[in-house]
Amino acid sequence: MSKKKKISAEVISQSSLAEGIMDLRLKTDLAEDAGPGQFIGIYPSNRSTLLPRPISICGYDKTEKTLRIVYRIAGSGTAEFALYRPGDCVDILGILGNGFPVDKASGKKVLIIGGGIGVPPLLGLAKELKENGCAAEISMVMGYRNSETFLSDEFEKYGKLYIATEDGSVGTKGNVIDACRENKIEADVIFSCGPMPMLRGVAAYAKEISAKAYISLEERMACGVGACLGCICKTKNVDDHSHVNNARICTDGPVFDADELEL
Amino acid sequence: MNTSVNISGVTFKNPVMTASGTFGSGMEYAEFVDLNRLGAVVTKGVASVPWPGNPTPRVAEVYGGMLNAIGLQNPGVDVMIERDLPFLKDFDTKVIVNVCGKSTQDYVDVVDKLADQDGVHMLEINVSCPNVKEGGIAFGQDPKALFEITKEIKNHAKQPIIMKLSPNVTSIAEMAKAAEAAGSDAISLINTITGMKIDIYKKTFAIANKTGGLSGPAIKPVAVRMVYEASHAVKIPVIGMGGIANAEDAIEFMLAGATGVAVGAMNFHDPYTTLNVVEGIERYMREQGISDINDLIGAVD
Repeated sequence: MSKKKKISAEVISQSSLAEGIMDLRLKTDLAEDAGPGQFIGIYPSNRSTLLPRPISICGYDKTEKTLRIVYRIAGSGTAEFALYRPGDCVDILGILGNGFPVDKASGKKVLIIGGGIGVPPLLGLAKELKENGCAAEISMVMGYRNSETFLSDEFEKYGKLYIATEDGSVGTKGNVIDACRENKIEADVIFSCGPMPMLRGVAAYAKEISAKAYISLEERMACGVGACLGCICKTKNVDDHSHVNNARICTDGPVFDADELEL
Repeated sequence: MNTSVNISGVTFKNPVMTASGTFGSGMEYAEFVDLNRLGAVVTKGVASVPWPGNPTPRVAEVYGGMLNAIGLQNPGVDVMIERDLPFLKDFDTKVIVNVCGKSTQDYVDVVDKLADQDGVHMLEINVSCPNVKEGGIAFGQDPKALFEITKEIKNHAKQPIIMKLSPNVTSIAEMAKAAEAAGSDAISLINTITGMKIDIYKKTFAIANKTGGLSGPAIKPVAVRMVYEASHAVKIPVIGMGGIANAEDAIEFMLAGATGVAVGAMNFHDPYTTLNVVEGIERYMREQGISDINDLIGAVD
């Protein structure tokens, strides 16, 4: 793995996928180091802001050296990103985090579960598993608020996709676990990203069906490189680095074996 | 051109250091910065035993800065001696270990364990962390308590000590004098300023600890003023910090009276900040025809 860097990247394109959901493509050498489930820090140019926004990588093309970032406009920083146009330059920090352990999928029935803005990094994972992995079978369950099921058309290329919506407009009415139960989805390995209540549900569902779950966590971050200890999560065992029951989401994660966490 | 400074008998190749807690023990930032270029690496605070720190969220961004309430999570001094100090020994830079505790005995235990470590050049004593309930700032807001703990630590320390002062006091000069009177070899300031942020939509505190320490460019004018006041109150050297983002900021602190300068929260904004400050100071000296960096210290009086 190459060194982490803070460098300037060029915006290739940006479009809106759904209300408040943006699809940004960047040209950067960092793409060569990217893997599914990893993330970058993106810096707003507004000088009253200090910290990079940690945003997951939705896709990457190592030959073209491009990164695809799908994010939700959540505050003034991401609102600024949404204004970027082709040719603009943006400072990014990366590549950050460990990413999904795709080797665990080898020969296994894989279930990928995403919710809300946890959906985008799973697209890169689905693609990687389909194109370079050795999974026996890939099923996917994506949860959305409503009929704006962003990226769902692209997921369908990589396996069987089930959708859950809060308002019932598409697929199962309810959450992703409701959709898993309704469709009696079996799996050996689950990869998941989404809000914490959903991830707790995923971990419980994994236990029910005797599957291993690898979940990607989110937390307020400052440095993104493991120094500030801002973004910790509670671990069952004493962590090797911290020597207390805390792991750093930015560097030890964001993807963890659910069995190793206190959720 | 001389860029080296002397603090209590220790020579630093340049005045640029890292502020404790913003740079780990150097390992994480060694990917970005050649540590050999720095005057010193000041480590994350270390206690006699591992500390778990505070619940999350521990950080929040605010205008021109950030709040943090990490709560001094640290792996304990034994791990630092086994893992971090050997790593730092490979670099041609000075190492200042930041020491924290809940009681005077806690501090003394750490200081005793570090006494025989030849890779530790100075000790910075954290009596100013606003985010832990016991110890920490309790010693840093009362001049008598500061005097007592400084004296006790000085009785045990083999390396020169730097008392790190809190800005959350009425008179920084009085605190600086108390540290000096008790035998502290140097002082560093400022630690973070206690702050608060409320999320108006969730109707909750942005930081789980409710309050957090404010750092970043927002606090720089306060820090410069306090460095000026403290350095005029004592004869011991002052290490200045608080919102340093570039060489101009660092030079401002030196002109106010700082012998050393430390980069803190801005490491998170730009991991190359320390290096940029080192190079920027050299450029300033060349442009301004300054042959000895010591001529800058306290030059604005």
